[in-house]
Amino acid sequence: MAQAFDAAAQQVLLTQRAEEALALAKKLGADAAEVGASVDQGLGISVRLGEVETVELSRDQGIAITLYVGQRKGSASSTDASSASIKATVEKALAIARYTGEDPAAGLADASLMATDLPDLKVHYPWALTTDEAIDLALACEKAGRDVAGIHQSEGASLSSGEGVRVYANSHGFLGTQKGSSHSLSCMLIAQDEKGMQRDYDYTSARNPAMLRDPAEVGREAASRTLRRLGAQRPPTGTFPVLFDPSLSSGLVGHLMGALAGGALYRESSFLCDRLGSQLFPSWFGLEERPMEVGATASSPFDAEGVQTRNNRFIDQGSVASYMLSAYSARRLGMQSTGNAGGARNLRLLAPLTPRDDLLKQMGRGIWVTELMGQGVNGVTGDYSRGAAGFWVENGEIQHPIEEFTIASNLNSMFAGLVAVGDDIDTRGSIHTGSWLIDAMTVAGN
Amino acid sequence: MTAHKSDVNTAVSILLTPSGLDLDALDTGLSYALGAGIDYADLYFQRTWQEGWVLEDGEVKEASYNIDGGVGVRSLAGEKTGFAYSNQITADALMDTGRTAAGIVRSGKQLPGQPVVAVSAAGRYAGLDPLAGLTADEKVAMLKEADRIARAADPCISQVSASLSGTYEVVLVRASDGTLAADIRPLVRFNVSVIAAKNGRRERGGAGGGGRYSMSRLRDENVAERYAKEAVRQALVNLEAVDAPAGQMPVVLGAGWPGILLHEAVGHGLEGDFNRKGSSAFAGQMGKRVAAKGVTVVDDATVADCRGSLSVDDEGTPGQYTPLIEDGILTGYMQDKLNARLMNMAPTGNARRESFAHLPMPRMTNTVMLAGQDEPADIIKSVKRGIYAVSFGGGQVDITSGKFVFSASEAYLIEDGKITAPVKGATLIGNGPEAMGRVSMIGHDMEMDTGIGVCGKEGQGVPVGVGQPTLKLDELTVGGTQSS
Repeated sequence: MAQAFDAAAQQVLLTQRAEEALALAKKLGADAAEVGASVDQGLGISVRLGEVETVELSRDQGIAITLYVGQRKGSASSTDASSASIKATVEKALAIARYTGEDPAAGLADASLMATDLPDLKVHYPWALTTDEAIDLALACEKAGRDVAGIHQSEGASLSSGEGVRVYANSHGFLGTQKGSSHSLSCMLIAQDEKGMQRDYDYTSARNPAMLRDPAEVGREAASRTLRRLGAQRPPTGTFPVLFDPSLSSGLVGHLMGALAGGALYRESSFLCDRLGSQLFPSWFGLEERPMEVGATASSPFDAEGVQTRNNRFIDQGSVASYMLSAYSARRLGMQSTGNAGGARNLRLLAPLTPRDDLLKQMGRGIWVTELMGQGVNGVTGDYSRGAAGFWVENGEIQHPIEEFTIASNLNSMFAGLVAVGDDIDTRGSIHTGSWLIDAMTVAGN
Repeated sequence: MTAHKSDVNTAVSILLTPSGLDLDALDTGLSYALGAGIDYADLYFQRTWQEGWVLEDGEVKEASYNIDGGVGVRSLAGEKTGFAYSNQITADALMDTGRTAAGIVRSGKQLPGQPVVAVSAAGRYAGLDPLAGLTADEKVAMLKEADRIARAADPCISQVSASLSGTYEVVLVRASDGTLAADIRPLVRFNVSVIAAKNGRRERGGAGGGGRYSMSRLRDENVAERYAKEAVRQALVNLEAVDAPAGQMPVVLGAGWPGILLHEAVGHGLEGDFNRKGSSAFAGQMGKRVAAKGVTVVDDATVADCRGSLSVDDEGTPGQYTPLIEDGILTGYMQDKLNARLMNMAPTGNARRESFAHLPMPRMTNTVMLAGQDEPADIIKSVKRGIYAVSFGGGQVDITSGKFVFSASEAYLIEDGKITAPVKGATLIGNGPEAMGRVSMIGHDMEMDTGIGVCGKEGQGVPVGVGQPTLKLDELTVGGTQSS
């Protein structure tokens, strides 16, 4: 039942539309313009208690136009990519640009920065998967989890598989296209004891379906993560070292990148304003972006403005070595774009890695956090206070599950207090990192 | 106002006529989505026009306009759902998506067709295009006014950003149970965010609001001035904030937006899908005590012009006033048609979807705790040492374990019955049923929030409202940094 998706044909079609939109913008009076167009198609399956729950076929398309009249900017977008709609969208963007203010920093990224090295980074792996095959994979995943003794209920297993094409073009004459795919399988289970119910999940995700983990293993891991939470207690209130699971330490890197983003900096909304060159982490820690890594989650040779991406070293020997800038935020700060319009791509740590069990021993008595809840992070001040669940550790040994507590500190202190990074690297997302051991945080519990 | 008839006519002219379709064509469309073994099918047509204006550094720097729309087709068989959608509203798209959705079931018997019944529902807001309420010049002027007032309010204000956004949404639902319903939904919002800097310290303050009405009402109600002053006030308070305490203590929540406590602590746990699947901490508790005496919580889609209100939901069921907890006893769930049918209950008008490209689920509309008898000042006076929290960032809940969190963006210490120093935003954590059992005082000052909530569930965002009076929880865990 899977719909055919001809990525090559879509690429040609989107390229034509992007060029049509740029030509029209110029003809109608825009001094500069940029267009992003995309088509994505996917199949989503969910099963629960051994039965199919939903079968969902998705196909999304869109075209977004930003144009400049002098130093004024207007944007419009539509999910209808017909010629009539492109014309209406360009006209609307032009109409809006009449009302925006003159902004000296507005405009396309400099022509000299446009990407010229455009290799195929191998991020497109279509999966010729029928609906029935997808259902079978999800059923196998859930069954393996439910077969584990102690699992009494299920939120089900889901498989999603999608591919898409995106095109970015601007009036410098730059045109970049990229085909990509993303496939994932997840399972969430429930267990119960006299204290109540607990749920947890596991997932696998990859651009190449051959790299997905075995469905049964994902189901079993979801079961084991769920069962280990039963009988959770509340930890004492006090100050303790905290070990962040790799799935959560990537979030700490995310907060760091949010504070290094040009938009937060020029709005004075970052706790890292004016910190370029200053020590933030211990000197053994570094962080680098590798956008040209072949086959990785976020690989791309050009950013959202067509600028050539590059290996940015954001943290070098513990110090803030670079901000993360688009053309606009760079102009606002009197700097150059770092090729990060649209964010950072493939962040990798430069740090000695410690076996995870040694991290527990180093921690001695403290908290291993495996889940965080709520927002609770203030990017302006770095203040950090979040709900958590995890495990109590004594003498380097895991004692019992804990829940209904918060961990609080400030990101400045947390980064400075990074004791070690684990070798248990989580490679599922665009940020690859192991566990992080932070020397001390305030825990509010009993 | 009962706008259903004219809404259907408007929706047909906007959604179907341009493609040469009419209501009869929907019968044909529906027939593709039906078939042997299918209990129910529906077609959901939608078109949205969205506009956003952003001011920074005293100038409108960003302005954007987005048009989205299409049709979503759903076929239900028992607990199974087949779903497909298309950006194109055409006869061909109806055939393709209908056949795809119906493809989930391959056997069983054909149900008889149902006569078409236009849903009769009271209008909870005017079916107008909110974007047309102000000219572009007036929109720009409002944003500039907010900037000017915020900067004039205090020399510490170093950054001001203001935004004005609006959505004009037209939906039409046609279902195999005979339902024919339409809704014209305006939604607008104005927001101000400021940074205050003093002695090397920087803090943010923010305020905003809106609802289901024209942009002109935002101007008439002078929200640019009101939210600019409120954002400045909050930023200045936060400049003086000291570290928050850590541990268990009494917590007093202010009226209005702190009602996200209800949204997280009880609301999600009372959505029909989680209770049908037995995954909610409230499953099997119907008729039992789940909150302290005096606690009455309702989901109310009927509040006039409110952000979370619905004249009809996304399955065409009229928006309703649904009691969830009455005097501490669990009395109702929020339902869509699928979960209501499987649980032998009635739909409550809570079926919502982010767009035609998403499946509907039971969702909250405006979730409200009704007023009690207590004097707000007496509630503060009753606390020896605790926290008074009046504004929040956001929250989250694990509906299975019942654990919920929400993060304060403006809070104060209460010492010996008096509000004293402001404290830095802290996350509050608790267990839904336990926390609701610890509500010991309820103010008479019930208030709706200003219209800023977005609820996320399974990746779908929908606008919601919350409301509550000032209330006291005898004990909740406060996640500050001062553990002494």
